[in-house]
Amino acid sequence: MSGAASPGAPRSGIRFDGVTVAYHGNVVLDSLDLTVEPGEVMALLGPSGSGKTTALRAVAGFVQPVRGRVFIGDRDVTRLPPHQRGIGMVVQQYALFPHMRVEDNVAFGLKAQKVPKGQIPGRVTEALAMTGMDSYAKRYPRELSGGQQQRVAIARALAIRPGVLLLDEPLSALDAQLRSGMLSELARLHRELPDVSILYVTHDQVEALTLADRIAVMDQSRLRDCGTPQDLYRRPRTEFTASFVGNANLLPVRVGSGSVLFGGTELAVATDEAVWGATATLCVRPHLVGLGPGPNALRGKVAEVQWRGSTHRLYVDVAGHRVKADVRELRATPALGDEVTLHFAREDAVLLAAGVGGE
Amino acid sequence: MSRRGSAVLAADPAAGSAPRSAPGDTGRRRDADRRQLPAFVWVLPPVLVLAAVFLYPLALVVQQSFSPDSGGTSLQPYTDVFASGAFREALGTTVWLAVGATVGCLVLGFVLALVIAFVPFPGGKAVAKFIDVFLSFPSFLITLALLFVYGTVGMANGVWTDVTGAHSGPFQFLTTPWGVLLAEITYFTPFVMRPLLAAFSQLDTAQLEVASSLGARPARIVRRVILPEALPALAAGGSLVLVMCLNEFGIVLFTGAKGVTTLPMLVYSKAILESDYPAACVVAVVNIAISVGLYGLYRVVSRRVGA
Repeated sequence: MSGAASPGAPRSGIRFDGVTVAYHGNVVLDSLDLTVEPGEVMALLGPSGSGKTTALRAVAGFVQPVRGRVFIGDRDVTRLPPHQRGIGMVVQQYALFPHMRVEDNVAFGLKAQKVPKGQIPGRVTEALAMTGMDSYAKRYPRELSGGQQQRVAIARALAIRPGVLLLDEPLSALDAQLRSGMLSELARLHRELPDVSILYVTHDQVEALTLADRIAVMDQSRLRDCGTPQDLYRRPRTEFTASFVGNANLLPVRVGSGSVLFGGTELAVATDEAVWGATATLCVRPHLVGLGPGPNALRGKVAEVQWRGSTHRLYVDVAGHRVKADVRELRATPALGDEVTLHFAREDAVLLAAGVGGE
Repeated sequence: MSRRGSAVLAADPAAGSAPRSAPGDTGRRRDADRRQLPAFVWVLPPVLVLAAVFLYPLALVVQQSFSPDSGGTSLQPYTDVFASGAFREALGTTVWLAVGATVGCLVLGFVLALVIAFVPFPGGKAVAKFIDVFLSFPSFLITLALLFVYGTVGMANGVWTDVTGAHSGPFQFLTTPWGVLLAEITYFTPFVMRPLLAAFSQLDTAQLEVASSLGARPARIVRRVILPEALPALAAGGSLVLVMCLNEFGIVLFTGAKGVTTLPMLVYSKAILESDYPAACVVAVVNIAISVGLYGLYRVVSRRVGA
């Protein structure tokens, strides 16, 4: 698309400055401070009701903060109506205009923004070509599949060449195979439009890990953690992040010098001298837990076995806690109640301060 | 009885598979034979009732319209009625009042439905519910209410004369065609609003939000997004109101508008006041023809727009 989404326009980031949103006194987004750098893909990741969609709607102008300010680039847009904010938006259910052909849907924003008539057909073709939908220009939305409709919705948002693109669970309505394909498409689009800042709301960690430059983890109306996908996955700072991103094992331990004590078993992990003697939470990813003897061995009884195609997920009760282990598909699966040994490497464990859910 | 229902009854497989000469089965076979009655037998009772209470009187009206007072059967009543200035004036008045009221109802109904559906305000739901209640009101009640407010001795004129000391107030329009028009718009607007509110409740609000984010102002969103999707509901409500306005009698009678003669009023005056039944029946037949014609047009249009 002519190199960038907004040729000549300043690169726009997004900044939340202490944004609080409340409905009838019920706070649904609490003091959000977050910056999306120009050209960055920021995923807002969290469970339902965590405030992530509210944050996106505050940028779009569909909810008014009771406190704080929202900036797009250097512009304070907190009190601006949505049509003056210059954003592209894609929602879960596509929201295509059913009475308009694909080309008219894509041209809608251009006409609304009074783009000269002579430029509109070219811009429409360009946006549709970008999403691979140029041969469907004359069709009505009802004549397209879900994936095709979502491509048109993306083309419609990109046609106005926004500095900021808001994606609200854009792949949730698609089946798994289509979702995977669209994820690659979105990644390609971002490579082609490096100046567009993208705020991507999702509850799917795979989408966030795949697409985002940084992930903001939200829970209970608050920002809990923010960092690169690798950081959040490998070195989570909170129990919530560790649990929500990657569904980690969280084991209560007492910290010693270079080791921790878990249910009477000493486990070798890196510890900070400052927390020696304190209680803490040990975080180990299920796919980093092996079956059989090895370093940091844990003995327990098999509580459940799930076959997941290329892997088996074992649930093993160890010292009153259930430990998850994702191991390569087993030829002989252990029976329920069998005693097994699990292990993990010292460098694969992360120690979290106990009870730190966020902040 | 639906056709499918009667077909099921007529082709009961249990009846067909009954043994031909099983002893003691005579009663059951008789039951089966009864179930195998042809479909038209099931249709006959409702058709007969319908014919007795509706089609026969209607046929009498049509027959009377071809029966001049001089006797025999001829087109003379039609020739006489069509040649009369009173009929042409009534036809013109009926059509312009109906079209005017329909346009007024469509515009007012669309705006009010938009506000109720998309502009949150305290009591909005109660207002929407009141629309349903309003539909059950008789038309003369609305006219009576308007008389209390805008009638010659109504509240508005009373306040005016009290304040200014004038002999009479300025609101004298209720007994003119404009008064009838106002009453019809007031009464029939909810008939447009009801299908519109139903259509708006089906509209995906995300479409409106996306349109807004793309730079569209509210007026463009209404024109380019909401209105096209409301067209089938507008067509349905508008057609209904048009037909009802063409046949409206109570409102015209209650306003007491002396110079306003519509087709139903003409039927009334010919039949009751002048005892000219052939002429009254001719006007009635014309009224029916216009209504049925409009209904047919509505069906064609609604099929084309996919309503």
